[in-house]
Amino acid sequence: MSLRSPLGRVLGTGSAGHGSGQWWAQRVSAVALIPLALWFFCSLLALPALDFSAVQSWLALPWNGFLAALMVAVLAYHSYLGTIEVVEDYVHGNAMKLSLLLLLRFAHVLFGAASLYAILRVAFGIQAS
Amino acid sequence: MPARPRPLSPHLQIYRWQIGNSLSILHRLTGIALALGLPALSFWLISLAGGAASYRAAARVFGSAIGVLLLIGWTFAFSYHLLNGVRHLFWDLGAGYERGQRHASGWFAVLGALGLTLWVWLALWHFGRI
Repeated sequence: MSLRSPLGRVLGTGSAGHGSGQWWAQRVSAVALIPLALWFFCSLLALPALDFSAVQSWLALPWNGFLAALMVAVLAYHSYLGTIEVVEDYVHGNAMKLSLLLLLRFAHVLFGAASLYAILRVAFGIQAS
Repeated sequence: MPARPRPLSPHLQIYRWQIGNSLSILHRLTGIALALGLPALSFWLISLAGGAASYRAAARVFGSAIGVLLLIGWTFAFSYHLLNGVRHLFWDLGAGYERGQRHASGWFAVLGALGLTLWVWLALWHFGRI
């Protein structure tokens, strides 16, 4: 869904230069994270123990692995949108701004994908050794 | 160059410090803190995928004094960012703008986050997880 006016689209308005799409995506991911993140952390806290076998067998269950994978994907996306907004608001030098935006993008893909990959390995029962 | 600098629009330092702007700044700060928690979360998950030995090593890191302190900080940051985020979503819908409502919901977010943090860690301590 786009909330941009045709004029705004042409002019590329807003501090980021691309209108309200980012603002909207931030809200959508925030709404999605309310149930997803609450479920994830509450489930972990509700486990009988936080040792390896308890956490692993919990994450290996189909719904848990699937929802955890969804959660880290949305979490990384929301975190990316939030942190680049801070850079776009407060960092003014073009070189510095570009470097930080690149760094944030790489870091979020790295840690988001690493989390996703780890969850999938546990969900599919791939044993390391 | 003009004889004297052009007037600028008023910025942060000219306004009286009050709950509204403090909570707005805290929302961004907790957001940044939570973003820094993403590497920690992926480290924990990768260690879990690595097997029992690597999970124990990660659990030792998180169970250290600095680790527990960081986790308590992230619990507060998560609780506050969640509660204040809901507050922002209500504003986006056009609700809750009255002075009394703003202050009440602001205090609810701060005290609620402190309460949730305390509750989570008292429960963890009570059930012997730390």
